[in-house]
Amino acid sequence: MRTIAEMRHALATRAISSVELAEQALTRVTQSQPAINAFITVDRDSAIAAARAADAALAREDASALAGIPIAHKDVFMTAAMRTTCGSRMLANFVAPYDAQVVARLREAHTVLVGKTNMDEFAMGSSSETSHFGAVRNPWDAGRVAGGSSGGSAAAVAAGLVPAATGTDTGGSIRQPAALSGICGLKPTYGLCSRYGLVAFASSLDTPGAFARDAHGCALMLNAMAGHDPRDSTSLARPAVDYAHGLDASTPARPLAGLRIGLPGEYFGDGVDTHVAQAVTDALAELRKLGAETVDIALPAVRYSIPVYYVIAPAEASSNLARFDGVRYGHRAERYADLVDMYEKTRAEGFGAEVKRRILIGTYVLSHGYYDAYYLKAQRARRLIANDFIRAYAQCDVIAGPTTPTAAFPIGAKADDPVQMYLNDIFTVAANLTGMPAMSTPCGFTPDGLPIGLQLQGNHFAEAQLLNVAHRYQQVTDWHLRAPPRSNA
Amino acid sequence: MTWEIVIGIETHAQLSTASKIFSGASTAFGAAPNTQASAVDIALPGVLPVLNRGAVERAIRFGLAVGGSINRRSVFARKNYFYPDLPKGYQISQYETPVVKGGTITIDAGNGARVVRLTRAHLEEDAGKSLHEGLPDTMGDVSGIDLNRAGTPLLEIVSEPDMRSAAEAVAYARTLHALVAWIGICDGNMQEGSFRCDANVSVRRAGEPLGTRCEIKNLNSFRFLAQAIAFEVRRQIEVLEDGGTVIQETRLYDPARDETRSMRSKEDAQDYRYFPDPDLPPLVIDDAWVQRVRNELPELPDAMRARLVAEHGVTDYDAQQLTASRALADYYEAACAALPAADAAAHKLVANWVLGEFAAALNRSDIAVAEASVPPARLVALLRRVADGTLSGKMAKEVFDELWSTPQATVDAIVDRRGLRQISDTGALEKLVDEAMAANPAVVAEFRSGKEKAFNSLVGQVMKASKGKANPAQVSAILKRKL
Repeated sequence: MRTIAEMRHALATRAISSVELAEQALTRVTQSQPAINAFITVDRDSAIAAARAADAALAREDASALAGIPIAHKDVFMTAAMRTTCGSRMLANFVAPYDAQVVARLREAHTVLVGKTNMDEFAMGSSSETSHFGAVRNPWDAGRVAGGSSGGSAAAVAAGLVPAATGTDTGGSIRQPAALSGICGLKPTYGLCSRYGLVAFASSLDTPGAFARDAHGCALMLNAMAGHDPRDSTSLARPAVDYAHGLDASTPARPLAGLRIGLPGEYFGDGVDTHVAQAVTDALAELRKLGAETVDIALPAVRYSIPVYYVIAPAEASSNLARFDGVRYGHRAERYADLVDMYEKTRAEGFGAEVKRRILIGTYVLSHGYYDAYYLKAQRARRLIANDFIRAYAQCDVIAGPTTPTAAFPIGAKADDPVQMYLNDIFTVAANLTGMPAMSTPCGFTPDGLPIGLQLQGNHFAEAQLLNVAHRYQQVTDWHLRAPPRSNA
Repeated sequence: MTWEIVIGIETHAQLSTASKIFSGASTAFGAAPNTQASAVDIALPGVLPVLNRGAVERAIRFGLAVGGSINRRSVFARKNYFYPDLPKGYQISQYETPVVKGGTITIDAGNGARVVRLTRAHLEEDAGKSLHEGLPDTMGDVSGIDLNRAGTPLLEIVSEPDMRSAAEAVAYARTLHALVAWIGICDGNMQEGSFRCDANVSVRRAGEPLGTRCEIKNLNSFRFLAQAIAFEVRRQIEVLEDGGTVIQETRLYDPARDETRSMRSKEDAQDYRYFPDPDLPPLVIDDAWVQRVRNELPELPDAMRARLVAEHGVTDYDAQQLTASRALADYYEAACAALPAADAAAHKLVANWVLGEFAAALNRSDIAVAEASVPPARLVALLRRVADGTLSGKMAKEVFDELWSTPQATVDAIVDRRGLRQISDTGALEKLVDEAMAANPAVVAEFRSGKEKAFNSLVGQVMKASKGKANPAQVSAILKRKL
């Protein structure tokens, strides 16, 4: 049993109980930890208690679609009574007095929280190597990264520890690890899922989303996670949508007939690994067989995405991370001479190198005299990028391309070259800058056996359409069902 | 050499909302430290601000009251700096686009009406408080942080440098203070820090461009404002007359030593790295909202003053006194409304009593208008007995004192019990006058020989004989006739 649908069926037919599913998940998590290090915190007692409650709900037959399903949360979401570290020494022992809204909604849906997953420190990174709790390893090849920043969640689902997990996507932090780990990852429209209780990295870009083995699993997760939250002023009030609607219906002959898929030249140029390019080309052929037509489109401003992102995201981060000052909670230096010394030592000790780098960049671009040249200019370019996509969606319904230029790279390979690391997000950051939804679905493997992801992007609120396209593709392919050998994890 | 003083004032008025500007925590003053600090106020990881529309509504009310324009779209920015009582490491404040632009305040510092222009008024949150004293010894050598005040809504009101003396600065602050209380957006309690002023002071020789200014921070009384400006002006003139230059800096006023001291110079000024807060969408105010607030705006003090002069016939001075606070003005209006006949004489009588006995009693008891045991209806009941001649002014004051101290007593019951009813019966009064004249033949003779003073002595004898109950006007008339 690897998908939520399979588990739901087993729970519904009483073939298995939620407590048994939780026990299985906890055992696998423990076994996999030395090899892939997907988790930072596991709480057996609370998981079993939640599973018992889920079994009771299932017995009453008033349970939600996710009742009894074991899940994991990226350790960036606040969980009451379970520590939330953000992969940082700064919060290594921090326990919040409240649940993030996304956590609360999934709790109310009677999911069973197994634990909190490993990640790049404060979600800054594309490899999950910068965690204070050690690097996450790819279940397909333990010598390689699982992607990041939500690498722990991606690895946990890829290794079959849990069928679904939450993540956050600020520049590709769900889609990139999904692609590198061979699973499905969805970044919804900005504002669809509340950010309340999500430790802020870059507030205008941070987007809660989900990992699952298939599109249907992502849809069920989104159903539970999405919804207006008055505590988040950027949360959108929208009529409820059943994102799983139609995904389990019988398949017509050409289910994607009439769908126009835009192919931006910018996503198919140099720099894309040939195996990745081939897998995407093959996937497009499958989509055409399902009735879709492809159209060439242009996104000329998208080439500014990375520089724009690396001005705006650090700017917001430099301000968002100011609260970690050692005064009220979190790490505080043991010895200090005075207030300024306390700040400096606390933050020097509490933050890792990549977090410091971004705080410095962000502080610089917001400084007097540089604000107009960097921050303001980046915001203007962000607008131009958004205009490109708005124009493109007049010509097509979804945009397809590779999620990442390459498959998973070896651990340590880019750790000392931040620019090479940043370029991993070259195809994913635009969706964060525009706030539009995007997802990655498995579409093949390299000759080395590393997964490759197909990225599907859509206009604001096009989640249901993206999930439908991915689902139809998954009905005629089995990439998403391939699993790494258990021995790897 | 004459120096011109140039003053601009920034005021932080705490808005009278029940909860904070970005969280649901209470803003009530005086709670135990950190008991009114929510997760948002403490800036726990993951929390987000949600704007309190009550604070916005109060800002709109202010903007309309001073004739400023309400920006239909304004932006909250982050002002970034580290300090232990600033939990997020940034203050949320409006920077480039404030909610209110422009407007004026008309002041009178005794040299006629003057208009002070306002630059802007913007919404922001207050910081917490650092406590360096009064902590238990067991805690050792530490500073405390109280975050109850963190997130309290403030309206920062910035004037143009239009004031030319400490007296004008105080007149401006007093007028503004009365206005924010009048329109109900700020309780004006200066001891509790609800209304604090920063003064920007510079001096120049007549006709020269503006001099370098110093900002004096956190003046929380009108007296300190006046003293701080006076000191600062003397200091700057001394510096300049000695051939020195004034350095642009922030200074603190020390009331104990009556001097200002340098806090930080412009060179030390922090780079606040302002940028729009991505957690808060731009504040959009539509015309309907502005119109609704406009419709609910009370009559403003200036307008009411003019009306009292024109329609009630009270003096300009009295009108100014009556409109010094909304509570007193409301009291006066309620009393006038209860009058049986609302003529100029009646209004004048009410105004005299409200500004005289009533205001004095409030002062003596140190209470607010609303707490007074003599509400408008009771005062009017008393004034009716004055108007109909039952009570002399002196008697009425005695009755008023008893009304004040005995909330359940009625005017007529007091008059009857104390036998204070004025003697206005002509026959009775003539008898009293005759007796007085008979008993004081020498005084009568003095008056007849031309000593005017003797007349008053005779009136006094009559009043004494009547135990103060004789109607003095009638006594005078009868005496004059008989002499």
